Amino acid sequence: MKREEQKVYDYLRHKKKFPNMWCAGCGIGIVMHAIIRAVDRLGLDKDEVAMISGIGCTGRMPVYVDFNTMHTTHGRALAFATGLKMVRPEMKVIVVMGDGDALAIGGNHFIHAARRNIGLTAIVVNNSVYGMTGGQYSPTTPIGGLTTTAPYGNIEQPFPICDLARAAGAAFVARSTVYHAIELDRLIGQAIEKKGFSVVEAVSYCHTTYGRLNKLGTPVDMMRYLKENSVKVRDPAERRSKEQEGKIVRGVFVDRDIPEYTELYDQVIERAQAA
Amino acid sequence: MAVKLMQGNEACAEGAIAAGCRFFAGYPITPATGIAEALARRLPQVGGKFIQMEDEIASIAAVIGASVGGAKAMTATSGPGFSLMQENIGYAAMAEIPCVIVDVQRGGPSTGLPTAPSQGDVMQSRWGTHGDHPIIVLSPSSVAETFHLTVQAFNFSEKYRTPVILLMDEVIAHMREKVELPSAEMIEVTERISTDVPAEWYFPYDEAASDVPPMVSFGEGYRYHITGLMHDRAGFPTLRLDEINPWLTRVFRKIERGLGEIIMVEEEWTKGARTVVVAYGCTVRSARHAVRMAQGKRYKVGLVKLLTLWPFAEEVIEQVARTARRIIVPELNRGQLALEVERVAGRNKVRRVNRADGEMLTPQQILAAIEEK
Ligand SMILES: Cc1ncc(C[n+]2csc(CCOP(=O)(O)OP(=O)(O)O)c2C)c(N)n1
Ligand code: SF4
Ligand SMILES: [Mg+2]
Repeated sequence: MKREEQKVYDYLRHKKKFPNMWCAGCGIGIVMHAIIRAVDRLGLDKDEVAMISGIGCTGRMPVYVDFNTMHTTHGRALAFATGLKMVRPEMKVIVVMGDGDALAIGGNHFIHAARRNIGLTAIVVNNSVYGMTGGQYSPTTPIGGLTTTAPYGNIEQPFPICDLARAAGAAFVARSTVYHAIELDRLIGQAIEKKGFSVVEAVSYCHTTYGRLNKLGTPVDMMRYLKENSVKVRDPAERRSKEQEGKIVRGVFVDRDIPEYTELYDQVIERAQAA
Repeated sequence: MAVKLMQGNEACAEGAIAAGCRFFAGYPITPATGIAEALARRLPQVGGKFIQMEDEIASIAAVIGASVGGAKAMTATSGPGFSLMQENIGYAAMAEIPCVIVDVQRGGPSTGLPTAPSQGDVMQSRWGTHGDHPIIVLSPSSVAETFHLTVQAFNFSEKYRTPVILLMDEVIAHMREKVELPSAEMIEVTERISTDVPAEWYFPYDEAASDVPPMVSFGEGYRYHITGLMHDRAGFPTLRLDEINPWLTRVFRKIERGLGEIIMVEEEWTKGARTVVVAYGCTVRSARHAVRMAQGKRYKVGLVKLLTLWPFAEEVIEQVARTARRIIVPELNRGQLALEVERVAGRNKVRRVNRADGEMLTPQQILAAIEEK
């Protein structure tokens, strides 16, 4: 374990940016470590990795990691990343977003990046709330959940992130939780390696806002919830029934080989130059 | 040199290619669509890349991302799309990412008059994004000028690490004129200042190096941070006053120091002129015609054509105001650049000639203002 920690340490801008800004007990740091472990395991050169984020607590992640990092505007990370990926197709571009960032203000970019199947790795840290702005409802807040802007309970349907990504055309879609840190880094590794648009939903929690408003206890209680209320499925067909039981289903839901956008564009260049 | 008959939009696309633009992201909108269409065809021919994004917010975002990857990058839009782009234009100003934004103005506000000429975005091009920021805005008045100013827009944006806005209008965009396209070696193209210092010595926002610090592209071995937050010399967020103030001063200073080349103005018959017409964009054409007619009637009239709208050509206007008794500012809006001319020349001297109904100002309307007692 010591070795793992040392490895992660090598990827952090520890001299410059720590301590980090996240609340003690927040799950976002676990996702950050999972990404680092995945990058390390794949043996990627830091110089060829870019991490791009939008705005939010999750959006602060790039500042801590020693890659090519860019903290963009709220909701737009995938669009910035699309431009970078097109001119640097050889780079591994990892895009980290909160649920509001990816699916509310950035929802349009999310579905279109998936539709294009451009080779980006989208990691959505789903804490089902707007953490940074203090606990307003997000597109993944459960019905009935209390938030500062839903003081009488949320009445909006939450988005199923993985279904949305699949329907929009992503090549790889998976989900795990911040309790299942090792599983998470395996999935992120697969996502980075996958050619095309890949999505990993990392189910997290925000004890500071949503947890407090809904009396869900300490970060440990919220972790325990993820542990006890999630199941891993190997057969995607199993997924629906488990979801209907109210479980957080973990696993790989989509893994398909479809043409990747920047490679298709290379063919456009060939056609244009042949003409 | 090749002589061609082309539209303003095509000239813009060709100017971009000549300047080294290799990435375009955009979303269709009249009257700017021609630029996207031309570049969709042209960019892959020269190994560049074109993408039609899902909206204008994504377009400018992709342009900034591509620029960070090292490509000269551009987008083109019109009023409604220009409004959508504003937040990320501010990002480019804050993070000092070179990029070119073309706004082919049309009648507004809102969907307005999609096919009609307008100059209603003059103030938005200056202050459209929130917060204090420097910006460069150029405005062509002919198809040939569109070609040259597009090249210039890229040159300035790369040299000063800043977004540059090319403010066109529907008339110039759709008009066909004869253009003499210079051969590649005749075109002066500016490249971004990079560096090869060891990575640990590289600070993307270090003012010690220069007011325009060298910019290295992502993927080249210099791992650094870019953010829209106020940042220190390494690019990391900061709240320190001794880092915020120097940043603010520097980004304005970098443009101020370049004013000599950035401010492009052409004066015609202004020496000894009693009346001077100050015009830009398509309005220059009516203005020149009006000035000629007035000269035929023995009026001492001159013309100042502004190719650079922002930063504003204060010194030129100041100079002109010393001798001229009256300054006429014709615009296809309710008086936007006139506010600046009035600020410099004094309100008493300035006559506005305005039209914002989607029709061109006629030479006669401008002549009437010249003849007015
Ligand atoms: C255009 C714009 N609108 C609103 C905001 C304010 N804002 C900052 S973060 C945020 C929501 C963050 O929620 P989420 O994306 O879920 O990230 P989290 O903080 O939960 O990780 C909002 C609304 C902003 N920065 N920019
Ligand atoms: S507010 Fe919530 S999401 Fe943000 S750092 Fe704190 S616990 Fe994490
Ligand atoms: Mg959230």
